[in-house]
Amino acid sequence: MTPPIPKSRTPFYRNVRFISWSFQLVVFAVVAAFVYWLFGNYQRNTASSGIPTNFTFLGSPASFDIPGADFEPTESVRNAYVIGVLNTLRVSIVGIILATILGILIGIGRLSKNWLVRKLSTIYVEVLRNLPLLVIITFTFLGVVLQVLPRIEDSWTPLGIMVVSNRGIGVPWYSGTSGLSLIVVFFVGVIGWWLLARWRHLVADRTGQPARAFWFGGVFFLAALVVGWIVLGGRIILPMVDGKRIAGGIRVDPSYFAVLIALVIYTASHIAEIVRGSIQAVPVGQGEAASALALSGFQRMWNVVLPQAMRIAIPPLGNQYLNLIKNSSLGAGFAYFELTQVTQVTVGNGSPAVPAFTLALTFYVVLSLITSAFVNVANRRFKLVER
Amino acid sequence: MTNAALTGRPARLWVRKNLFRTPLDAVLTVVFGSLSLYVLARLALFVFVNARWEIIERNLKLLLVGRWPADQLDVLVTSVVVLSLWGGVIAGIVAGRQIRKGTSVIAGMTPTQRLSDLGRRFGLVLGTSLLLLLLTNSSGPWLMAGLMLVGGVAGTWSGRRIGVRFLSPIVARAGILIMAAVPIATYAYMVSAVPLAQWEGFIFNLSAAAAGIILSFPLGVVLALGRRSKLKLLKMVSVVYIEFVRGSPLYVLLLLANVSLEFFVPASIAPSKVIRAMVTFTIFTAAYLAEIVRGGLQSVPRGQEEAAKALGLTPAKQMRLIVLPQALRNVIPAQIGQFISLFKDTTLAGLALGIFDLLAGAGVITQQDDFRGQGLIIEALVFVGFLFWVGSFTMSRESQRLERRLGVGTR
Repeated sequence: MTPPIPKSRTPFYRNVRFISWSFQLVVFAVVAAFVYWLFGNYQRNTASSGIPTNFTFLGSPASFDIPGADFEPTESVRNAYVIGVLNTLRVSIVGIILATILGILIGIGRLSKNWLVRKLSTIYVEVLRNLPLLVIITFTFLGVVLQVLPRIEDSWTPLGIMVVSNRGIGVPWYSGTSGLSLIVVFFVGVIGWWLLARWRHLVADRTGQPARAFWFGGVFFLAALVVGWIVLGGRIILPMVDGKRIAGGIRVDPSYFAVLIALVIYTASHIAEIVRGSIQAVPVGQGEAASALALSGFQRMWNVVLPQAMRIAIPPLGNQYLNLIKNSSLGAGFAYFELTQVTQVTVGNGSPAVPAFTLALTFYVVLSLITSAFVNVANRRFKLVER
Repeated sequence: MTNAALTGRPARLWVRKNLFRTPLDAVLTVVFGSLSLYVLARLALFVFVNARWEIIERNLKLLLVGRWPADQLDVLVTSVVVLSLWGGVIAGIVAGRQIRKGTSVIAGMTPTQRLSDLGRRFGLVLGTSLLLLLLTNSSGPWLMAGLMLVGGVAGTWSGRRIGVRFLSPIVARAGILIMAAVPIATYAYMVSAVPLAQWEGFIFNLSAAAAGIILSFPLGVVLALGRRSKLKLLKMVSVVYIEFVRGSPLYVLLLLANVSLEFFVPASIAPSKVIRAMVTFTIFTAAYLAEIVRGGLQSVPRGQEEAAKALGLTPAKQMRLIVLPQALRNVIPAQIGQFISLFKDTTLAGLALGIFDLLAGAGVITQQDDFRGQGLIIEALVFVGFLFWVGSFTMSRESQRLERRLGVGTR
């Protein structure tokens, strides 16, 4: 009845798989040819000017000084890189912790029932968020640290335990014991805090008494620190002015201070917006239910609203942490010897530019990938499991 | 039974409710209130009494246009006036379309409401412009501002009426082409008068941000499509590009462009610093735009693509006519956000490449003979920061307004 369908093969140039693969191969070939061209130029140019393309420069002496670090100019460039990486991590980790705390406080402040707190938080966010970070760092470095802070000759010594000057800020620090044993004491305290908190929660569940886990744990933590300190025979060294420099204690570099403050106040303004949005995304009924259970304002925020809000906030917070790590490279402009500054200085001293910067970029990309992997794990762990 | 809170006058009631609700509230109010009064007083003292604004007044031209040749200033003025006419026409066309579609917010307003709306939205920019004009002591800038205002208003007026008259699609397409050609022609006119390497001051920041966002747009869209593509090789190339660029700090990329570009391209085509900065901004922003556009593509319901397929459109047309327009419309606010952050990040070029941009200018003017060693960096930074702040703040508020209009996230 129906006419037989004529048997015909699709010509290969109309075949979808052929088209897609040939298209891909063409694009890939163009990209590869471009990269090959760049790389060929690189090889030719370095060969003609005799610039090394390998990483042997890492073994040669750095011949520059790193202020605030235990580093001799005769040490290798490799060691300078290690110090640079550690400095990047130091400013990033401390910055992330401080920015998170400040950002959460201001984010909550933006939703406060107190008119003044609300307005001040809004002004903070709108001012800081819309300024270039570089303007802020320049301000904290040139404007505040180098101008407002006193010279070393007439430095401030609040309570006699700190030294504040534009040569650095001296803070009391431990001495007499190794850092490792202190870290052990610290972890004993943290684990004890955690165990005590769990025990208090169990008691609370059984008897209905208030848990007060925070107080029990916190007191134990402090007690562990003090006892550990005394047992280990540690002493505290107060910083003091010794001629033109600060001796004793630990010295916070002025450039570290400026970069850290700028990163913290800038990132906190972004985090505050994330926290505000996340709190507003928590259904109002949750807060109302907490009030109906006669929880205090703090308990309502800390135990009911904030945990749910932070769940929403994790992915954008992770982005801000990544931004902070990458923005720490701006410290290079202000004599803070983090990774970028070390790279810049060693290139200026004659290390080959391309391998040196490749090393720095690789570190940043790897650090970003690690951080986003952490964020993804945290996100999966805390994600609301839908029924 | 009289309650203390209920007997007060409204003002007292308001204060009790909003400032002294609980003891903690009262403490917060007192502490932050006195603190902010103190800061406000110090700030006012600085701005109106102590600050030596003559450093800005004397260097205003240097900060804004750098060392733009004095005999080429008319090129600058002409270009800016043409661009404001162009912007006015576009704003007018958009407003006219909204009025005809009945979605305009402004149409239902009385003239006074309209004026106050404009004041709320752009008062800050206009006020800042007026401040800058008052700081100058020549008549040229006033003339330019007047011409810009006239151009903008005339553009808006005529833009509103376009669309009714353009009936044939050929004329409309020609119009679109002309509109696209105007900024390119203006740019070519400016470059032919003053080479790109001499674009300094605020002009550099503005034009680098504009160039970066416009040039990165096609690359970003292609990368987003590549990342969502089923074709594995394409996807791989896009993912590697996007993740690599997003993982690297812009500052390091700029440094790399500064010291090592000579190795990768022949010396004959190694461009000037300004072009290097613009290309780096483009490469950098494209990766972020790609992620934004990818989000937009994901927000378009699958049914749209399926419906287009059912109509027999080719895959390319499905994307171009149906999916992409909706996707791009949904991410306009995010794109503006990216533009704002690029605008702020243009300051990095000053530090990394040694370009004389607005922020670098702030450092330079404090080293002049008359001002050296007097701690005037604060005045300079306040001025520079204020200019950036006004731009970013206005754009971010406009973007929030647009977000509400588009209803992104509320559907």
